Amino acid sequence: MLKRPHFIALGLVGLLALVILNLPQHTAGQLKLAIGSLFLPLFGLSKSSQQLAREGGDAVTSKAELLREVETLRRTNEVLQLVAAQNEALLRENTAFRQLYAWQQQQQPSWKNRLHLGRIIARDPANWWQIVHIDLGTRDGIQADLPVLSPEGYLIGRVASASLTRSEVLLISNPTCRVSAQVEKANEMGIITGAASPLDNTLVTLGMLPPASSAKPGEIVTTSGLGILPKGIRIGQIAENPQVSELGSGGEVRVKLFANPTSLDEVWVLTP
Amino acid sequence: MNWLNTIIILGAAFVAVFLEASCDGFHRLLGAQIDLLPALMVYASLTCEIAGVALLAVLGGLWLDTLSYNPLGVSVLPLFAVGFLVYPRRGLILRDQLYARFVLGLTASAIVPLLTLLIMLSMRRTPLLGWATIWQLLVMSVGGGLLTPACFWLFDSINRALSYRPAVQSSFRPDRDIKRGRN
Repeated sequence: MLKRPHFIALGLVGLLALVILNLPQHTAGQLKLAIGSLFLPLFGLSKSSQQLAREGGDAVTSKAELLREVETLRRTNEVLQLVAAQNEALLRENTAFRQLYAWQQQQQPSWKNRLHLGRIIARDPANWWQIVHIDLGTRDGIQADLPVLSPEGYLIGRVASASLTRSEVLLISNPTCRVSAQVEKANEMGIITGAASPLDNTLVTLGMLPPASSAKPGEIVTTSGLGILPKGIRIGQIAENPQVSELGSGGEVRVKLFANPTSLDEVWVLTP
Repeated sequence: MNWLNTIIILGAAFVAVFLEASCDGFHRLLGAQIDLLPALMVYASLTCEIAGVALLAVLGGLWLDTLSYNPLGVSVLPLFAVGFLVYPRRGLILRDQLYARFVLGLTASAIVPLLTLLIMLSMRRTPLLGWATIWQLLVMSVGGGLLTPACFWLFDSINRALSYRPAVQSSFRPDRDIKRGRN
């Protein structure tokens, strides 16, 4: 049965766990990054094997199919160029109207040249957090609290921490992400407090709304610009009528996200 | 102490944590990721010395917490608790029985996440919990239970392949040899 070495082992492990758990947040974060770097060879191996598989797939694709894809992309590009030109004309018109009525110019810097494409390389192995790891790090200009977008440009989270080669992204469905959001039409602000259920990551709770909120199902929710994230990034649309929070902290409503954060393979990071 | 066995288990734990983070097929299919560390801990506590059990708990727990949003070190104690409970009773456990392996894996895979959640809640962390968490715990327990016999089979095969075979004593004894004929 139990002998002296067993109790010594128990004491040592318990002491070590207590020391690590009580480390200052910054030190624990640095230690996490250091231990996480042990996995870099495996991440590299996984990336190169996926690349090899992709190249293998490309090699067996017929020329006719490739030409068809090039043609489709060319057409899409032409349409997008037309839309961009149209948007520029609208922007000029908007600026002219603002000058005419002496309205203040909105400071909305363009996203051009500020988006970095990252690949999701890992997800949280624990079931009670919603985070992903991407293959962009401080060497790519990534830092904490930058917004992370889906390929279509919808908000899916923010950068929690960044090492040299990879970053940890807190998904919007994570309870600790807490994004300040705005219901566009009702002009009401609240805070997104995580997924409504651990199994459905596309439905989040928007809390801290006014108790008599006038938000209606179908209305668009965007970032409010009050927190760390820039204003106007689309998040989702309201899925049901507002209810008064159980904690009595104002109204709350379920928001259906435009992008499913758990089914993505690539994301954009918007740098300053 | 059989260091080879301990090193193989630690290597497997490292790869297991990486696979849990990079392959989310189970998560997409069943809504929960299966944790392989409790199954490895059951195997380690039945085959390694207490130092090997402690090493697996510390390193495995730290590796898992590194790739997770868990506070660093939160998985160490729950993993060691399983090892510490099984280790002294290893002589009484019928480790060759498939049913015993399954039940041990099932229990360990249920205890580890529950204890981890308990420690996190006592640290005032706010993990994503709800009624669906019961389903996730069920998937983790059953998945861990099913993977434990597979772990035993895999490691026993590796150990057989890498270790010297035990010398089998022959029934032949020269002193009992009957000499026939005349000398």
